[in-house]
Amino acid sequence: MADPILSVRGLETFFHGDEGIVRAVDGASFDLFPGRTLGIVGESGCGKSVTARSILRIVERPGRVENGSVLLRRADGSTVDLVKLDASSREMREVRGGEIGYVFQEPMSSLSAYHTIGNQLMEAIRLHRTVTKAEARDRAIELLRMVGIPRPEQRVDSYSFELSGGLRQRVMIALSLAAEPRILIADEPTTALDVTTQAQILELIRRIQEERNLAVVLITHDMGVIAEMADAVAVMYLGKVVETGPVDAIFHAPKHPYTQSLLRSIPSVLAQPLSRLATITGSIPHPFARPAGCPFHPRCPSFMPGTCDTGAPGLTRLAPDHEARCFLYDQPRETSA
Amino acid sequence: MVTYILQRLGLALVTIWAISVVSFVIIQLPPGDFVDTYITNLAASGSAVRAEEAQALREQYGLDKPIWVQYWKWISRVATGDFGMSMEWGRPVIEVIGDRLWLTIVISFAAILITWGIALPIGIYSAVRQYSVADYIFTFVGFVGLAVPNFLLALIIMYFGFKLFDLNIGGLFSAEYQIAPWSAGKVWDMMKHLPLPAMILALAGTAQLIRIMRANLLDELRRPYVTTARARGLPEWRVILKYPVRAALNPFASTIGYLLPFVVSGSIVVSLVLSLPTVGPLLLRSLVAQDMFLAGTIVLLLGILTVIGTFLSDLILMWIDPRIRSGMHG
Ligand SMILES: Nc1ncnc2c1ncn2[C@@H]1O[C@H](COP(=O)(O)OP(=O)(O)OP(=O)(O)O)[C@@H](O)[C@H]1O
Ligand code: SF4
Ligand SMILES: [Mg+2]
Repeated sequence: MADPILSVRGLETFFHGDEGIVRAVDGASFDLFPGRTLGIVGESGCGKSVTARSILRIVERPGRVENGSVLLRRADGSTVDLVKLDASSREMREVRGGEIGYVFQEPMSSLSAYHTIGNQLMEAIRLHRTVTKAEARDRAIELLRMVGIPRPEQRVDSYSFELSGGLRQRVMIALSLAAEPRILIADEPTTALDVTTQAQILELIRRIQEERNLAVVLITHDMGVIAEMADAVAVMYLGKVVETGPVDAIFHAPKHPYTQSLLRSIPSVLAQPLSRLATITGSIPHPFARPAGCPFHPRCPSFMPGTCDTGAPGLTRLAPDHEARCFLYDQPRETSA
Repeated sequence: MVTYILQRLGLALVTIWAISVVSFVIIQLPPGDFVDTYITNLAASGSAVRAEEAQALREQYGLDKPIWVQYWKWISRVATGDFGMSMEWGRPVIEVIGDRLWLTIVISFAAILITWGIALPIGIYSAVRQYSVADYIFTFVGFVGLAVPNFLLALIIMYFGFKLFDLNIGGLFSAEYQIAPWSAGKVWDMMKHLPLPAMILALAGTAQLIRIMRANLLDELRRPYVTTARARGLPEWRVILKYPVRAALNPFASTIGYLLPFVVSGSIVVSLVLSLPTVGPLLLRSLVAQDMFLAGTIVLLLGILTVIGTFLSDLILMWIDPRIRSGMHG
C-alpha cells in the first residue's frame, strides 16, 4: 500500500480546568491513505472531535496538544509534523483549508449569519489562491454547483439561514474544499440531518472523494455509516484508540471487547437476526474519574481481575493492518504496585 | 419591507401620542388649574395678574371645558410650535429652552461616541484574552468606575484642571461667546469645550458597556462558526473581527434609540456641576419650581426625540441584520 498521507502517533490532548485535567485524547494513533476513508467511531465524549481539532491545531483553551505527532505528507513528498508547528504560524494556517478541509457536525451554526455564502466561499478561496474577486466568485459558484446546490448563481448571494439543513451542509462541504485540500475531515457531517438527506450527503462525499482522490476522515458514532463508507476503522474509547483495522476485519472479526460491544448494540449489522439487542453495560465514566488500568474494565465482559485494573494494555499487532489495545492479546507488563 | 417601515412608523406615532398624554398629565399635576399656579407665582414675585387676563388664559386653554377638550386645545397649540409660557421665567417655553435641546443632543452624541470608542475595543480585548492580567485590570477599573459617582469625577477633574493647568472646564462656551449669536467662531469654541464634559459623561456608561460587549463576545466566541472560520486557515485576528465581533455588535444598533433619555437623566448632576447648558438641569429646576409648561415640554420633546431615535435604530438594524431583512421578503 502507498505511504499514508496523514499519520497520527500517540496524540495526547488535555484540558486543564479548575477541577483537574481532562485527558480528552490520550494516545490516539492511526494512518490515513489517499483516496481512502478512515472512519473514527466511538461513544459521545470519547474525544473524536478533539482529535480532529488537534490535527488542525485549533483546540480551544484550556485545551493543549501535549504529546505525540501528526505527520502530514505534502504534495511534494516532504513530511511535516503539525504538532511541532506554532498553532498560529503561517505554515499551520496554510495547512488549514489548504491541505486539510474540515466539515463540522453542526450545519445550522457553522456558517456566519451576517455574511453571504458567497462572501465566505470567496474569502476561503482568496485566502489560499491569488485570484481576482470576479474569478473567486466564479469559482464559488462552481463549487456550489459541484456540491449539488440548485441555481448556484443565485444561491451564492443568499445567507445560510435561508437554506435547509441539507443544503447548508453541502455549502459547508463546498467551503471546506474551496482551496482544494487533499484531506477532508468530516466530523459527524450527517448527525443533525434526516435520514434521506444523510444518505445524499454521504453520497456526495463519496463522489467528490473519487473525483479528487481525497483522503477522508469520517467521524461518527453510527456503525451503519462506517459500514457504508469506511475502508479502515479506528475505534475510540475514553480518548484512546482501542482498535484499528480494515472495515471487514472490524465488522467480522472484532478483537477488542469494546468493539464487540459496539457491534452488538446495533441490530442491523448483526448476522443473527433473532438475537436480543444488547446494549453496552454500565455508563461512560466521568471525565475526571478515568478508571485505572484499562479504561474499559468496569464495563468489560472479559474483565480479568488483577490484570486489567492494574496496568494499561498497549497496542498489539494482530495482523499487518489490525491492532487492538487489550490484555487478551497483550502480555501484562510488570507494574510497580 | 415597506409594510415593515410603515408598521414601525405607525408604532412611533402611537408612542408619540402616548407621550403627549403623559406630558399633558404632568402639566395638570399641581393642585388647581395652572392659571392658579401662574397667579400664585406672579404674586410671589410681586406683580399681580388682572382678573381679565386670568380669564383670557382660562379660555385660551379651555380650562372650564372637559379634560379631553383641554387636551385637544393644548395639543393643537403645541402642533403649531406654541408650547405655552414658562411661569418661572415669564417667557415662552420655547425661548427658555432655546439652544439647550440641540446642545443636549450634541453633547449626548459626543458622550455616546466616546463611550463606544473606549468600551468596544476594551470589551473585545477582555473577551478574547479572558482571565488575562489585562482583563482583570479592566474589570477592576470598570468596577471602580461604576462605584465612583460621575459628578465627583467631574469635580475632581475640574479641581485639578484649575489647579494644575489654570483651566476653567465648566460650561460649553468661553465668556465672550456665552450669549453671542451662532457663528463659525462660536461653533469652534464649543468644539474646543466639548471633549472634556463629553468624556466625563461618557465614563458613566463605559464600564457597563465593556461588560456587555465582553459577555456578548464571549457568547459568540463559543459558536461553531468561529471554529470553522479558524479551520479555513484565517488568521486569528481576522476570524475574531470579521465573525464573532460582527455578531456581538449587532444588538447595539437596537439600543441607539434609548440612549438619549438615559444620558440626559443620568447627566443632570454632572451638568449642574460643570454648568453645561443642557436640558437636564432645566428639567430639574422646572420640576422643583412647578413650572409645569416648561417641564411638560421638555418631557415631550425628549420623548419625541427618543421615538425618532428608536425608529432610526430600527432602520439601522434592518439595514445591518440580514435575518430581519430576509424575514421581510418572505
Ligand atoms: N472546551 C473544553 N473544555 C474542557 N473539556 C473539553 C472541552 N472540549 C471537549 N472537552 C472534553 O473532551 C472530551 C472529548 O470531547 P469530544 O468533543 O472530542 O467528544 P466527541 O467524541 O466528539 O463526542 P460527540 O460524539 O458528542 O461529538 C469530553 O470528555 C469533553 O469533556
Ligand atoms: S484489557 Fe481487560 S478490561 Fe480492557 S478490554 Fe481487554 S479484557 Fe477488557
Ligand atoms: Mg464531536
